Amino acid sequence: MAAPVIDTRAGERTQPPASAPRKRGRFSVHFAHYKWLYLLLLPGVLYFAVFRYGPMYGVSIAFKDYVPFLGVNGSKWVGFQHFQDFFANPDFPRLLGNTLILAFLNLGIAFPLTIVLALLLNEVRLSILKRTVQTLVYIPHFLSWTIVASLSFLLFALDFGPLFLFLNNVLGTNIDFLSDPNWFRPLIVLQEIWKNTGWGTIIFLAALATVDQDQYEAAIIDGAGRFRRVWHITLPGIRSTIIVMLILAIGQMLNTGFEQIYLMTNALNRSVADVFDTYVYFVGITQGAYSYSTAVGLFKSLVGIVLIFGTNALAKRFNQSGLF
Amino acid sequence: MKIHNTTGGRIFDAANYVFLSLIGVITLLPFIYVIAGSFANEAEITRRAFFVWPEQFTLGSYEYIFSTPAFIRALVTTILVTAVGTLVQLAFTVTMAYPLAKKTLRGRKVILSLVVFAMVFSGGMIPTFLLVKDLGLLNSYWALILPAAINPFSLIIIKNFFQELPAELEESAKMDGATEIGILWRILLPLSKPVLATFALFYAVGIWNDFMSPLLYLSDNSKWTLQMYLRQVTAASDLLGTGNVDPTYIPPEQGIKFAVIVVATLPILVFYPFLQKHFAKGMLIGSVKG
Repeated sequence: MAAPVIDTRAGERTQPPASAPRKRGRFSVHFAHYKWLYLLLLPGVLYFAVFRYGPMYGVSIAFKDYVPFLGVNGSKWVGFQHFQDFFANPDFPRLLGNTLILAFLNLGIAFPLTIVLALLLNEVRLSILKRTVQTLVYIPHFLSWTIVASLSFLLFALDFGPLFLFLNNVLGTNIDFLSDPNWFRPLIVLQEIWKNTGWGTIIFLAALATVDQDQYEAAIIDGAGRFRRVWHITLPGIRSTIIVMLILAIGQMLNTGFEQIYLMTNALNRSVADVFDTYVYFVGITQGAYSYSTAVGLFKSLVGIVLIFGTNALAKRFNQSGLF
Repeated sequence: MKIHNTTGGRIFDAANYVFLSLIGVITLLPFIYVIAGSFANEAEITRRAFFVWPEQFTLGSYEYIFSTPAFIRALVTTILVTAVGTLVQLAFTVTMAYPLAKKTLRGRKVILSLVVFAMVFSGGMIPTFLLVKDLGLLNSYWALILPAAINPFSLIIIKNFFQELPAELEESAKMDGATEIGILWRILLPLSKPVLATFALFYAVGIWNDFMSPLLYLSDNSKWTLQMYLRQVTAASDLLGTGNVDPTYIPPEQGIKFAVIVVATLPILVFYPFLQKHFAKGMLIGSVKG
């Protein structure tokens, strides 16, 4: 029994040195040495293979006519059919418009407000006040969108809501905030501001702490007032942070936040509420158009990637350090 | 540094302090109203526009929800799924982070770049849904835990943390004959407690607050989590046409909505001091390393 084994080894040894088998030999030694580590790695690698790369493979159904019974592999290829259908669909311009309007409202209102709040907090020298305000404004960040939406439903409700009662009793008018399409966008932006403005200041406050203090002294000697110091020293001092956050925000522009929009959508405001994320859900999950909705989702993620690389390149072009 | 305070400066300071205090109070107002409302009776809620203290204190709303089987079920389910899910997700993340912290491990770079790629690009809602469906996980609580088992960001931060621990610790343990798993369990994990607590909180808040996964994967309403239940209770009258609510469902009285919101918010508020401290740190680490 033992003899042939020895023979094989001996035979191998006499062969001219071939790099491939020897490398494999070294890897087996390496593997034996690190077997516990590879064992520990296994669950994580399996997770990424199944739950991260599995769906990426599943994206191929965007180019197929997916039939659940046939599976991803068995379904027929249809090329760009679903993309053509989507671009030709009157839903497309409406979704694009709704998504972009919400994105620009958030970029134009919530984003600058975050910087303003950070600047105001930075001017506070009474540390107990600063800490208290920070503690309060960070809270909403940790609440789910379900809670934010529920709070909105209570505060803006018809008949019982505080705002309704106030408008009704004081001004004698009433507005149905929750189903009037004109009020959908203001509500979404308001929720976004309430939930995330406070939390967003953390990054800017960290950047503000690194601004060179000597410059302020020099500016004071030169007679610069409070606002001029902020304008000429503070803001330029956190410019690179602002640009990085702006790049990130633009890269995320089409991600309107499925949960928030979905929770605020109802039968009466669909015309302004539908965005890519919720459309994928309604068409894909509730109507079962899997391939078509995957194509819509893929289109959205590709545009998102283009946006983030595009804004990054643009930032570099203007001599600012980009994100990567 | 001494800042020379001009009159204008002092006025600005005063205005700023008042303004920021107002912002803080306004942020809190919706909660105060909801907490007050949860202890008020129906007549008061429908009559008074806004109040921060009920005229007549009553526990009626809480008595009602805590005698509702559907609510109890959702609450218990959510607590269990959050507890188990946090442990499972943390275990997945730590066991993967530890080998990846070893620079001499072959295949490490390939795996790390695949992890980073997964941060940039994902399959999206529908392919993930179909995968979960094909795995037979629809209407299973594992569908709320496994698809999000490892957050790539957390993985990389924990890996970096392990990498920065002194190598001598492990070497001496190895000389004493400890295996890699033994080193991880007995030496590294006790040293990493604060970091692990931070990421446990990340995962726990993620699961507790998650609305999208139960919406996608739990169609059986006897399995709903607290967020789904909350949605059902507070939005029933507003969401005709979006199609995830039982049409036979009768919207509850106002006070019950208030009480359910308070219960769903409470754990977050109880853990908030830890959350604030650790998340702020985590956010800054993420922004530096990412």
